[in-house]
Amino acid sequence: MAGKRKVRPAVYGLMAEFDNPSDAVAAARRVHEEGYRRVDAFSPYPVEELSEAIHAHTTKMPLIVLIGGILGGMGGFLLQFYIATIYYPINVGGKPLYSWPAFIPVTFECTVLGAALFAVFGMLALNGLPEPYHPVFNAPNFALASRDRFFVLVESADPKFDRERTAEFLRTLGPREVTDVEH
Amino acid sequence: MSERYDYEQEDVGIHTTPVVIEPGHTFGTVTDKISSIVLRKRTPVAWWIGLALSFMLANMMFGTVVYLVLTGIGIWGNNQPVGWAFDIINFVWWIGIGHAGTLISAILLLLRQTWRTSINRFAEAMTLFAVACAGLFPLLHTGRPWLAYWLFPYPNTMGIQPQFRSPLMWDVFAVSTYATVSALFWYTGLIPDLATLRDRARSRFGQIVYGMASLGWRGSARHWARYEVVYLLLAGISTPLVLSVHTIVSFDFAIGIIPGWHTPIFPPYFVAGAIYAGFAMVLTLVIPLRKFYGLEDFITERHLRNSAKVMLATGLLVAYGYMCEAFVAWYSANTYEQFMMMNRFVGPYAFFYWLLIFCNVVAPQVIWIRRVRHSNIWLFVVAMFVNLGMWLERFIIIPVSLHRDFLPSSWGMYRPTIFDFTMFFGTIGFFFFLMFLFLRFLPVISIFEMRTMVPEAQIKEEEA
Repeated sequence: MAGKRKVRPAVYGLMAEFDNPSDAVAAARRVHEEGYRRVDAFSPYPVEELSEAIHAHTTKMPLIVLIGGILGGMGGFLLQFYIATIYYPINVGGKPLYSWPAFIPVTFECTVLGAALFAVFGMLALNGLPEPYHPVFNAPNFALASRDRFFVLVESADPKFDRERTAEFLRTLGPREVTDVEH
Repeated sequence: MSERYDYEQEDVGIHTTPVVIEPGHTFGTVTDKISSIVLRKRTPVAWWIGLALSFMLANMMFGTVVYLVLTGIGIWGNNQPVGWAFDIINFVWWIGIGHAGTLISAILLLLRQTWRTSINRFAEAMTLFAVACAGLFPLLHTGRPWLAYWLFPYPNTMGIQPQFRSPLMWDVFAVSTYATVSALFWYTGLIPDLATLRDRARSRFGQIVYGMASLGWRGSARHWARYEVVYLLLAGISTPLVLSVHTIVSFDFAIGIIPGWHTPIFPPYFVAGAIYAGFAMVLTLVIPLRKFYGLEDFITERHLRNSAKVMLATGLLVAYGYMCEAFVAWYSANTYEQFMMMNRFVGPYAFFYWLLIFCNVVAPQVIWIRRVRHSNIWLFVVAMFVNLGMWLERFIIIPVSLHRDFLPSSWGMYRPTIFDFTMFFGTIGFFFFLMFLFLRFLPVISIFEMRTMVPEAQIKEEEA
């Protein structure tokens, strides 16, 4: 086993720290233009331009939510259909067993429920959360990523990554600081 | 904190648009101001007093529930012919209050009303706690709350299943979906703010608890991209949900054939009433809150005025509903419908009907006056009238319709017992108890959304 272990790079990546969103967005764009692909950015609130800059803006979420809604709605309707006509048929005033208009409210609620559950848990799953430990938390000042600082990260797994040259390049983008991110 | 704005003076000019966040704030100050309410060491004495009082009231509810479970629902005043009374009044009242929270967080988000940002977290908490209080009533009204799971379809040895043609079943699904989706929406909104608290907490305990609750959120741009989409989609699906919930609540009545219940105006009129009651409750809670916690910079006069205007508008819709009920009763030429209306006007409960009209239709009209709209005390008083009025509305609809229906030989009078009141006021205590805990342990304003309101959040394009 020990022989098969991959050699891990010495650092997880390099982190450039910015104190305003405009500089961070500009830097993230430059990093992408430079050819880096294993890139991430961190901000205290959603910055659309930042996600666009690292080309992570389009997501599969709408499709997942649609699937959740369809499954929920179909499940809800079929459940009622099965119970009312096959499993437990009750004759109410001679009305038809398959009285579909009466099933619409519950079908609607199940659609919403399915969509909402898929939305929230799908988002968490794709984001890989919960994930209590992550190397980026080792970056100095990273606690401020949830207050007023903006960060751009280049991972060491990126083929273009070179500890010296990448750090040099990041320094040209006008950050407050460029630091190593330990594992 | 040292600066206090003179709002009245600021607002004299015609061209000044009241702001949603006072000038001079940065990402840092917004974060510090809101998170300090949670993270400061010393708990204000007034908070302890409020918590103790509400906890005492909540215990009145717990006591009533224990007595009710041991004895049976005969301790309440409802009995033939009035089988539904305080339990359903309070259920509808609480659910209605909850609806403003969803309206503020979802519908106003879709309509890009940025002023919602500083009150949405708070309003969502209000929704959640109101739904918790609401849910207790039908649960206990079943008489055997420990068998409430029978309401859900599940494979069982009894070989029976629920009746899906009944609006009461629809209600079970509507309210449980509403509670679930509200909780998900609220928690999703909280995740980034919990991460802020994790990063700013000084005690080890706080770091661990907020750290676990934030699920390791790190503000990655990839995560935010998905988060934004999901937040918007949740708002999109919550919007029809909130309308459907009160529509279905109104079906509980409208599908029945009792005069005073069997009317197609109910769904829109219930939804308008719910939003009306909810905004009244928002004002009731927010006016003291912003004063006490010094949040005037974030919850500005504009929020109060806009809430008052929404309240006035929905109040007029509700007034139209009352008019419509009376008109249709007369125009239907149906003896029972006409009698039902006359019974409201001059019957044994007429005092409450006219009190309802005063609270819900007459009193809120003072909001038209500019001076009233700009006075927090006046707004608070009007909101209290609406809170009472909306409760009375459900009282008029439910027991007053039931006590005299088709057959005079089965008429009767309804009188609540002391336990109806201990239960009702107990849930108010329970609501405030949860509210006080929320104020102390979670950020009362959405911090990450407030950061987007700060001027520096504007991205300056260099090349473009």
